[in-house]
Amino acid sequence: MYLVSAFHNLQELRHSASLANKVFIQRDYTDGTVCKFQTKFPSELDSRIERTLFEDTVKTLNNYYAEAEKIGGQSYLEGCLACLTVYLIFLCIETRYEKVLKKISRYIQEQNEKVYAPRGLLITDPIERGMRVIEISVYEDRGSSGSSSGSSTTSSSGR
Amino acid sequence: MSAVMITRKVTRKWEKLPGKNTFCCDGRVMMARQKGVFYLTLFLIVGTCSLFFAFECPYLAVHLSPAIPVFAVLLFVFVVAMLLRTSFSDPGVLPRALPEEANFIEMEIEAANGNVMAGQRPPPRIKNVQINNQIVKLKYCYTCKIFRPPRASHCSICDNCVDRFDHHCPWVGNCVGKRNYRYFYLFTLSLSLLTIYIFAFNIVHVVLRSVDSGFMNTLKETPGTVLEVLVCFFTLWSVVGLTGFHTYLISLNQTTNEDIKGSWSGKNRVQNPYSHKNFIKNCCEVLCGPTYPSVLDRRGVMLEDSTRPTPSDASAASTYKSTNPVSQTTKSSAPLIPNEHTPEEAKPSIGAGTQKSTSSPKEEKPPSPTSPNAVAPAVIKESAH
Repeated sequence: MYLVSAFHNLQELRHSASLANKVFIQRDYTDGTVCKFQTKFPSELDSRIERTLFEDTVKTLNNYYAEAEKIGGQSYLEGCLACLTVYLIFLCIETRYEKVLKKISRYIQEQNEKVYAPRGLLITDPIERGMRVIEISVYEDRGSSGSSSGSSTTSSSGR
Repeated sequence: MSAVMITRKVTRKWEKLPGKNTFCCDGRVMMARQKGVFYLTLFLIVGTCSLFFAFECPYLAVHLSPAIPVFAVLLFVFVVAMLLRTSFSDPGVLPRALPEEANFIEMEIEAANGNVMAGQRPPPRIKNVQINNQIVKLKYCYTCKIFRPPRASHCSICDNCVDRFDHHCPWVGNCVGKRNYRYFYLFTLSLSLLTIYIFAFNIVHVVLRSVDSGFMNTLKETPGTVLEVLVCFFTLWSVVGLTGFHTYLISLNQTTNEDIKGSWSGKNRVQNPYSHKNFIKNCCEVLCGPTYPSVLDRRGVMLEDSTRPTPSDASAASTYKSTNPVSQTTKSSAPLIPNEHTPEEAKPSIGAGTQKSTSSPKEEKPPSPTSPNAVAPAVIKESAH
């Protein structure tokens, strides 16, 4: 069981925790230049989060990006329509990619609130890092008492 | 918390972007520094078309069909729109690594290289990845401090890594990369059509008028014709040839950069892992693929320490990142190898590069001839303690 205390609220996370480390999940190029991230579980997060939760997050993100970059009927339609209107249509409507990026942003925020912040972690949206990496910031409790950081790690290593 | 001041003038991110781009309209427009040739391109297109509308169109509209000038106008608008779109948009610039990411990569490299013996140069920074069952080498960019994604390349003129880098085109005053390649192609294609159109109707016009008034009189009545024919004649050869070349590249899903370097040619070389081996599919991917977003966020507001973070539509994570000062306890004991390829060093290559003519590919003159020697002493010195 994880100790869900001061990390419940993202605001409290900022005030009470200090940044200890950053883990960078790299891109996976095995399928070409499509945006896809490696699902390999980094060892630095071993004690902080379950492997399955992490993999689920990355796989969901990969699915979102695959949806955004899918080349099919809808992308052809969008491309042809845009070309015919000399790309002025993008002043009025959002591209499919932009729509999916907004979904991704909401998903990351939701994951941060529900899954990562309670474990002292924070995911940065890859778009802010040039779609190169998923940056996961690892926070450690500054601790109101000296032993609190110790206690959080011992309790988290329980599972 | 110390008292925070809200500065009246916001600093947008484009003002602090490294690289040698110029920005206009508060970050909405992004171009290379040297824009002279771009103005020439614009002048030639607008000038020639103006002459066409002034001299030929009235005659042709009356004697042949009013559809001729109408179609010319549509084509002209399309050409200029594509040119502006190519020139003003972000070609797919990859932002440089922030210090933590750069450190992380350095640590990975150090771990992969192991101990470097004194006097030996460290191995080149290359990562091998398997793409569609082919081994592709990813090179490390010393300027941007990242391993370049496949098909990305560093443009020495703009001093940026560009995704799916095709070439730096002085005629459009910008790099051609993933985000603006299709606009560039449509520009060359439509310009070819426009040139052929104007050339053809100039001939038609001269012929028709000569029948009535004689050849010399025709030239005297419409002096613009001569100029137009001259411009079109020279443009035809270059632009139509370029369009043909890019059509060939698209059908193979290759970039100019790869073609010049011969990345996928030759028996011993890797076959192009990005090609679908189908002409139609390759064309569709390049021309009708998704419109990639810019990852630069040029118009985002800079969050400085003295200002209250302004809410942007980024997620909560970004406000965290901003309020955490960079000097954090990132556990990096590995020394950072200094960047020996400074912008000052790149200047001579830029000076030489701009003298080159149409759309010759430009990329970072690789620092590899000098860098291993430069790096080795630095590495040895650092690892000695």
